[in-house]
Amino acid sequence: MNEIIRSLIIVVGVLVVMLSISAGLIWLERRMLGLWQDRYGPNRAGPFGLMQVMADMIKILFKEDWIPPFADRPVFVIAPAVVVVTTLMSFAVIPFAPSIGVVNLNIGLLFFLGMAALGVYSVVLGGWSSGSKYSLLGGLRATAQMLSYEVFMGLSLMGVVILAGSFNLGDIVEAQRKMWFCIPQFIGLVIFIIAGFAETHRLPFDLPEAESELVAGYHSEYSGMKFGMFFVGEYLGITLISAMIVTLFFGGWLGPVLPPLVWFLLKTLVFVLGFILARASLPRPRYDQLMSYAWKVLLPLSLLNLVVTGGIVLAVG
Amino acid sequence: MLSILRTMWTILLHTFHRRETVQYPEETIYLPPRFRGRIILSRDPDGEERCVACYLCSVACPVDCIALQATEDERGRRYPEFFRINFSRCILCGFCEEACPTYAIQLTPDFEYCEYRRHNLVYEKEDLLISGPGKYPGYNFYRVAGLAIDGKDKGEAENEEPPVDVHSLLP
Repeated sequence: MNEIIRSLIIVVGVLVVMLSISAGLIWLERRMLGLWQDRYGPNRAGPFGLMQVMADMIKILFKEDWIPPFADRPVFVIAPAVVVVTTLMSFAVIPFAPSIGVVNLNIGLLFFLGMAALGVYSVVLGGWSSGSKYSLLGGLRATAQMLSYEVFMGLSLMGVVILAGSFNLGDIVEAQRKMWFCIPQFIGLVIFIIAGFAETHRLPFDLPEAESELVAGYHSEYSGMKFGMFFVGEYLGITLISAMIVTLFFGGWLGPVLPPLVWFLLKTLVFVLGFILARASLPRPRYDQLMSYAWKVLLPLSLLNLVVTGGIVLAVG
Repeated sequence: MLSILRTMWTILLHTFHRRETVQYPEETIYLPPRFRGRIILSRDPDGEERCVACYLCSVACPVDCIALQATEDERGRRYPEFFRINFSRCILCGFCEEACPTYAIQLTPDFEYCEYRRHNLVYEKEDLLISGPGKYPGYNFYRVAGLAIDGKDKGEAENEEPPVDVHSLLP
């Protein structure tokens, strides 16, 4: 009985914390972008402009939720939910601290990769069902980009799996007691970060929504909370990728003095800030550059990384 | 790759830069005296209206936001019967000030005249008139102009020669 209550608390806690973090990230991003562009960002509503989050939520909840008559209704409605659901599902396997985690899957990493792959459907279906050419182009780009980056996103993590000898994320963290995997798997880390950017289609890899070319890309026709869901999904994605980077390469909850959960959240925050910093500083690459970079540089590199890591592990024993 | 990292580092250093934003309602920026803001009508040093209702401002106005009607008082001074500026049209170009021959119409360093109702932005003469001479103290058009009004005949203005008697043959 105690076990059930405990896991229920963890499930609800993770859900609430993640959703409020994704809302708070909107504020954080605007403030940080402001800081890096020598201005303030929202600082009027409440202390430090924190109530801006509330204002944004109220605004987006009360907006007219309009479905265009030329849209494919059921698919149009489901699409934004898919990204939120799949991203939240991925959080289930992340070990926040030694005993805090929704499930302890022994194929946790594969589950994460599978959920990330399912998330593509949201963008594809959203772009397709909107019945608008800009949405379709955005969805098309998203499909190509996310599928090709997913290939070596998985491959880049195999080095970690080889070193840890397990797909279980908790075991992977435990395997980093001596040395964080960001040192032996540096190439894997770099590739995973790049693929993570592409996977969350954040700037500089926001070609599916490229405002300057495609209106708003795959969510051009969305309004109200459906549009909001895409954004919640995007910010959840940032948190998820940051949490995965921390879990796989930076020793998860491991760290001195502070409690494990605090270490995990602090490390995650650093990478979330990294995401925002990249948005503040980097321009968007051209689409063909994006694709050729993926297939001609990153894929061979990740394969090489895999082979070398495997070879060394075999040789050392 | 290295240039990307360098870019990100440069942007990160902006954390320690001064922010450019002026927190407007709490802080205000310095407005120079020649700032082109709200339009006023000034008075001469004797406290009389400077405007002689010549219509030049109204003609010069590119958006036709100035309307007035000339009339004359019992002393022979021209003045506007009404003078109306529609600030919802005004583009604060300052052409009226340049066109004014008597320094009557002037732009001031004030831009805070928002209204909730558009018709409240139509200013009448009593809204526009100020009590002082504005940017040009000491200037009085009727004292330097050759025009004869009640109490000042021809030749009595400042720096004005008495009128030449064209019928006299004396040098």
